[in-house]
Amino acid sequence: MSEQVHSLTAKERFEAFDRPAVQRGFVHEVDAHNNEVTLMVDGIHCASCSLTIEKGLSGIDGLKEIHVNASTHHANLSWDPARVPLSRLMQTIADLGFNPHPLRADTRTALNIGEYRAALKRLVVAGLGMMQVMTYAVAGYAGAFEGMTTQYQQFFRLLSLLVATPIVLYAAAPFFRAAITDLSQRRVGMDVPVALAIGIAYIASVAISFFGDLRTEVYFDSVVMFTFFLSFGRFAEMLARHRTMAASEALSESIPATATRLVRGANDEWQEQEIALPQVQPGERLLVRPGETVPADGNIVWGESATDESLLTGESQPNTRRSGDQVIGGSINLTGPIHFEVSHVGPDTVLSGIARLLERAQGQRPRMALLADRVAGYFVAGVLIIATVVFLAWLALEPGRALTVTLSVLVVTCPCALSLATPAALTAATGFLARNGLLVTRGSAVETLAKADTLLLDKTGTLTRGKLKVVAVRLLDSRQNEQQCRAVAAALETGSAHPVAVALNEAPGDLVADAISVIAGRGIEGVVDGRHFRIGRADFVAELSGRKLDMAPQPGVTTVFLGDKHTPMAAFDLEDALRPETSAAIRQLRFAGLAPAILSGDTIAPVQRVADELGITDFHASLLPQDKLREMQARRAQGRTIAMVGDGINDAPVLAGADVSIAMGSGSTLAQASADLILLGGGLDRLVVGVRQSRKTRRIIRQNLIWAIVYNVVALPLAAAGLVAPWMAAIGMSASSLIVVLNALRLLGGESSKTEPSPNGRFHEHPAT
Amino acid sequence: MNIIFVLIPVGLVLLLVAIGAFFWAVRTGQFDDLDTPAVRILSDDDNRPPEGS
Repeated sequence: MSEQVHSLTAKERFEAFDRPAVQRGFVHEVDAHNNEVTLMVDGIHCASCSLTIEKGLSGIDGLKEIHVNASTHHANLSWDPARVPLSRLMQTIADLGFNPHPLRADTRTALNIGEYRAALKRLVVAGLGMMQVMTYAVAGYAGAFEGMTTQYQQFFRLLSLLVATPIVLYAAAPFFRAAITDLSQRRVGMDVPVALAIGIAYIASVAISFFGDLRTEVYFDSVVMFTFFLSFGRFAEMLARHRTMAASEALSESIPATATRLVRGANDEWQEQEIALPQVQPGERLLVRPGETVPADGNIVWGESATDESLLTGESQPNTRRSGDQVIGGSINLTGPIHFEVSHVGPDTVLSGIARLLERAQGQRPRMALLADRVAGYFVAGVLIIATVVFLAWLALEPGRALTVTLSVLVVTCPCALSLATPAALTAATGFLARNGLLVTRGSAVETLAKADTLLLDKTGTLTRGKLKVVAVRLLDSRQNEQQCRAVAAALETGSAHPVAVALNEAPGDLVADAISVIAGRGIEGVVDGRHFRIGRADFVAELSGRKLDMAPQPGVTTVFLGDKHTPMAAFDLEDALRPETSAAIRQLRFAGLAPAILSGDTIAPVQRVADELGITDFHASLLPQDKLREMQARRAQGRTIAMVGDGINDAPVLAGADVSIAMGSGSTLAQASADLILLGGGLDRLVVGVRQSRKTRRIIRQNLIWAIVYNVVALPLAAAGLVAPWMAAIGMSASSLIVVLNALRLLGGESSKTEPSPNGRFHEHPAT
Repeated sequence: MNIIFVLIPVGLVLLLVAIGAFFWAVRTGQFDDLDTPAVRILSDDDNRPPEGS
């Protein structure tokens, strides 16, 4: 059987995207001469990269518009398909050194942009309107003391009504909508009191404006202020959510949109066909080139390669897979081309299984927020009952004052302070944490983090860098020098994506290797300066010189040998080293009362070594995602509050099921999508700041709640007794809200961890520019 | 003091104009990406890839 393959050129690779059947999934056709597409571009790591792409494509005839967003890595293109094919545009991006993938048109991007724009408009309407109404209110209050004529008072009142109406109907609409949804599902959520407070205060104010006398206060200023503050909180929450969703979107790219199908040609050779992924059927033969992602599960029928399955197993080392072995969709083919026969597609794949596990775990997430909502629900119900009782009582005693007193009760007990107590503190804490490299994606996470007493840690990528690093070079021959050996090794490993190669190539010398050939699973052979070298496994290197290499392997350390025709020259010890800040951070977290434990998918030796180094006695190795989940649940059953830190897709289900989950910013996107917090700076030291701040936040939330409750308990009887005029109630309510907000703002300042500017945070030029 | 009956409606009209302008800016996507334009100034005008790359 001939294994000759008619190879696709890079150009043909993108041509698959010109076919209408493939395009249907992601191209938006405005009209025959204007198509739009959003591409996810890999390799953008700074703002100048996005400019490079825009400039590089701007000269192409037929391209109407291009905008590359440096923070989301999305490129929006619109072009005339009659004048330039999409493949040419994608090819140009690839030529610039980036890797474009089409994003499906029905992804959340469009929805997100719509939601963002609507929220921004509402926020600005509420903000500008609030300023106007405040101006009128100040004039009105001042006038009340200076003896303003009724003509002007009525004028300001109507103006406030005029401005407040669109704010209530437009800017506050989401609160009403959410409240109606809540009520129609027979529950009393946090939006119900908010909607009631806004609604009742507004309607009462309108009624007073038209039918009441001028001495009765109106509350338009309170209504708009309340709407603006709440809108602002929701807006900040939405931004954080979108940022994480953009990350999870990239997950859909871990399975490519197209696959290369191999079909038997006329001369008994394999012909390549680029097809859309949904067309792949079990039993078909697919080609995966080095650097590509395996599109489905299957068995290798030809070829041999190292595959990176860290996505699924979290294992730090690539596995060599040869004919007959299984490959898993989503793993990355690193070294050589392979042919494999598809066994499972779509929902039957291992990756889809993990995604389902994740969904289930998310459903079981402890719902702290539900409790808070229920309490607020009781509170609102209580206030409504009391207000009704008060109204009826006054109606019997003194009908003329019934409305005024009832309104005082409603306003004075407006759950503003109560409903602001938690969100205001959480928003302030979130802002502080974001500045310190800790992105909060779910508001309630800060509260839970403060209570956590158990810290579960993934090893690879969390405690360690997740990348191999040369820790020692041992010379095997006295005539060699280390500098020279490193340079030769770097030259030989140039251009390989294998983690070992990346580590050895960290500081490339000026040597160049020729005639490089990669022997998968064994090593690399090549010629440097006219001398023949081999680098790789001991037996492979020993073969070249014919001299034996006897070295006992050390646990957890990968050793790579270098040799020429005469002698083995050097041994490079590589290991996945601890992040520099890990040790200190673990010590501080333990001091803060969190018991650390390691749950790793890696083998026992490296896990043991890391655990010893950190002094952690509770560690578990070789765990599958479901094992990790079980470990976590066992601990939770003991009544412990779990914080989980992880970075891999294999951690995602555990992250989703933990009380509070923290993902590494350098980790996989799925892990980030299911996490409550993301450590942007990459190290656990940020988590120390996070724990400290979350505890402070919890303290402030308690103070706020106590204040709000005390205020209500004192004010309610006074109001019900008719001792509080509505204007006093309004001032009381505003003051209590203000105190709550000011208290929360204390979280913004205070001790900020001193962080040095990181080298990757700075603006840097892409090599292509 | 009667001038206030003219000036405040004028202020309201200006407010409407400002909101209208803002809505237009949001609709045309001017607030969609607040990061990239900030660094655009830092790039040279002849920011083209070298030949053959």
